Amino acid sequence: MTVRTVLQSADITRALTRISHEILESNRGGSDLVLLGIPTRGVILAQRLGRILESIDPAVGESLASVGSLDVTMYRDDLGAQPTRAPSPTQLPASGIDGKTVVLVDDVLYSGRTIRAALDALGDHGRPRAVRLAVLVDRGHRELPIRADFVGKNLPTSAEERINVRLREIDGIEEVSIES
Amino acid sequence: MSPTTLLITAATLPDGSHTDILVEHGTITELGARLSRAGATTVDGDGLQALPGLVDLHTHLREPGFEQSETVLTGSRAAAIGGFTAVHAMANTSPVADTAGVVEQVHSLGEQHGYVTVRPIGAVTMGLAGTQLSEIGAMAGSRAGVTVFSDDGKCVADALLMRRALEYVKTFDGVIAQHAQEPRLTEGAQMNEGALSGELGLRGWPAVAEEAIIARDVLLAHHVGARLHICHLSTAGSVEVIRWAKARGIAVTAEVTPHHLLLTEELARSYDPRFKVNPPLRRDEDVQALRTALADGTIDIVATDHAPHPMESKECAWDEASFGMVGLESALSVVQLAMVDSGLIGWADVARVLSTTPARIGRLAGYSDPFAVGAPAQFTLVDPSARREFAVGQLHGKGVNSPYLGRTLPGRVVATVHDGYATVLDGELVDAATVAQNARVHRG
Amino acid sequence: MRHLLSTKGIDRATAVGILDVAEDMADVATREVKKLPTLRGKTVINLFFEDSTRTRTSFELAAKRLSADLVTFSAKGSSVSKGESLKDTAQTLAAMGADAVVIRHSASGAAHVLAQSGWIDAAILNAGDGTHEHPTQALLDAYTMRKRLHGVASRGRDLDGLRVTIVGDILHSRVARSNVWLLEALGASVTLVAPATLLPSDLSTWPVTYGYSFDAALDQSPDVVMMLRIQAERMSAAFFPNAREYAREWGLDDERLDRLRADTMVMHPGPMNRGLEISARAADSPRSTVLEQVANGVSIRMAVLYLLLSGEREADQ
Repeated sequence: MTVRTVLQSADITRALTRISHEILESNRGGSDLVLLGIPTRGVILAQRLGRILESIDPAVGESLASVGSLDVTMYRDDLGAQPTRAPSPTQLPASGIDGKTVVLVDDVLYSGRTIRAALDALGDHGRPRAVRLAVLVDRGHRELPIRADFVGKNLPTSAEERINVRLREIDGIEEVSIES
Repeated sequence: MSPTTLLITAATLPDGSHTDILVEHGTITELGARLSRAGATTVDGDGLQALPGLVDLHTHLREPGFEQSETVLTGSRAAAIGGFTAVHAMANTSPVADTAGVVEQVHSLGEQHGYVTVRPIGAVTMGLAGTQLSEIGAMAGSRAGVTVFSDDGKCVADALLMRRALEYVKTFDGVIAQHAQEPRLTEGAQMNEGALSGELGLRGWPAVAEEAIIARDVLLAHHVGARLHICHLSTAGSVEVIRWAKARGIAVTAEVTPHHLLLTEELARSYDPRFKVNPPLRRDEDVQALRTALADGTIDIVATDHAPHPMESKECAWDEASFGMVGLESALSVVQLAMVDSGLIGWADVARVLSTTPARIGRLAGYSDPFAVGAPAQFTLVDPSARREFAVGQLHGKGVNSPYLGRTLPGRVVATVHDGYATVLDGELVDAATVAQNARVHRG
Repeated sequence: MRHLLSTKGIDRATAVGILDVAEDMADVATREVKKLPTLRGKTVINLFFEDSTRTRTSFELAAKRLSADLVTFSAKGSSVSKGESLKDTAQTLAAMGADAVVIRHSASGAAHVLAQSGWIDAAILNAGDGTHEHPTQALLDAYTMRKRLHGVASRGRDLDGLRVTIVGDILHSRVARSNVWLLEALGASVTLVAPATLLPSDLSTWPVTYGYSFDAALDQSPDVVMMLRIQAERMSAAFFPNAREYAREWGLDDERLDRLRADTMVMHPGPMNRGLEISARAADSPRSTVLEQVANGVSIRMAVLYLLLSGEREADQ
């Protein structure tokens, strides 16, 4: 087994900063923007994006209040094929998501099934004006017609390889590595 | 080769001595070393323990009325493979064995099939209803010659009726075998009452429900000077009562089942109805007390309470299941495991508790001095060193409700000789036609 | 989880885990769309040999909120009341492709028998078996206690140090049994109070203290008082003389209610006999958690159905 680090702490920060700018650009500012992280690491990334957005444009306003989490466990399509997953809480901004632009945030985009589940979950919580997708890493191998709007890094991988995203808040270290 | 001339070589008798045994025309004709007889069927008895034919004082043969559970034939075969040569068939058939007609029918079926002597037990009360005495005299005087009377399955709960029954059977030298279960204290009861029944939510069957009846009945027997037999003792307290009664010279005898010598209430945790039995399995302390009592003679005999049931009565929830276990095929192995291998008793004691004494209680002739020249040939040969995984294939009655399935049990019956002919040879039942033919010849 | 048959043997981490999943399930009830697609395509069968509108409805709602296909078999008027055996019923349900069977039965151990029989491969969920256990009731009770104690900060918490007094017909109560084992696992301490006739004859192996006097138990200022339903038929079987005497000695009347701390929880699994084991004022007081228990029951049953039907199916032990 070999492990290769592909993104280091500074790379991750740079990628998130770039994504933040792209979000602001595509949204034409920070109004009505809601960032929803997909547990576990997507939530951390969404919080970081929120802080960066706030620092770029204080007008994003109470930006951290517009950051939340969206658990997709109950919307997955692989119920019997995986060990039981414990769901995580879903936390939506008090003002809800109706009419907002929701940016889903996840660490790795792979088959697209998690995002499919997230779109279904979102639909049960309200009706956003638009839904975008931001991911730290896109590793390819999509099984559904889903693509990311904002990508930190495209990483061509083989299906046998594993992508490990480690974030300081959870893992104590900060890096993205490929295990093969 | 005469089917009824048998030569057993070098078997070990209950007293530990070794001998050849020659059987001719239903009788033991010679004992000693290096016997021979031309044309005899020979069984190599080296390493085998010879025991007098086992006598079960408590068997449910179910015929007439419940032939889907057992018949006289299937129950007799189960008995023979278990080493028995005589069984006492309980009265709770349909119709109930409360008239001469029914007991004679069961008796003659036993004779026809010829695997064991079938001695019907007569009901104490008409229809086991506990209100009116059955025709005890007629049954005693019938061809079946009934000597043991019991409402087993139900307790003779009415004290006055029990007193009268005890007195009345004296007339015929009979004995009342009491199923000691105070009915009100055991309404809906499912298992031994204690910490475990509380945990499992199964209605408790208190020990006192058994002990109170035994205490009452030994006092009644004493008062009227009658013999009393107590079926399937199951608690340490019952042992105490019997010990006290015997010390006072009361003519009481007591039996214990093999399962109460081995199994405990813990098995109910599985809610597997195979472990549901009346009286219920008790605590380990009770099992130990019963073993001690059997060893010291407080308990006189082991009786199987062989109770076959159709599959559907056991494939259900515990509350809905029937009480009872089959036991004829496993009894000797269980006694070996619980009593002999544990060093509590020897094979001479096994002969006493499974043959001589039950025969005496049942007034069954021919069992008082089993290995003597001139004695009727009723014996069984056991390989005590065998070990067997107990499985359905070893059950020869109709019932498969054995609590021992899947367990390893010691000992195996190699041959059983009844009335001088073999019912079991090489560990297998002799076929029904041959046995019936030999029985006919024996009866003359 | 393969089956849920009893709370005995459930460890603390597992119990807290179930309660935590229930927290997430509870959130669904507050949404516009009170439904999750999680158990789409799964068949859940409610097999009720005994009438219980409340429990049955709660399980129905739970299964439907998770999008399972649900069928209720009630014993009344069906073949099961006409002597069909548990075995035949189980095999019938297996042939119909049931993924989970929720069973309520008057015989203790019925759910165990079903789970061990080999007649059916489905997950078995005990919804009350005779006088044995009622595990989802205990789970919803624990959930309710935790919620009252810790509110939105409940996730991950146990019930360490909580003092619970259970009053009433312990002998015949599956609710009491399931609560005793689960509360022990969660770190609470349990006191049982009943007339001696309604306590099991031997409590030596139970992790509880017990007594006969309700007033003495109240002197200890418990955190939770759980009242059990008393059945009228117990009177005729001589467990106690009459309703009046029972209410006087073991009922939560207004006087006893006033002795409770303001934050003492008053629980009842329902349905209540107002005026017998609990006064109307006690039942309707702010201390009473009765309606919360009902609402939480749906969340707990959703959590358990999810945990039983997700994950690779473990082989039988």
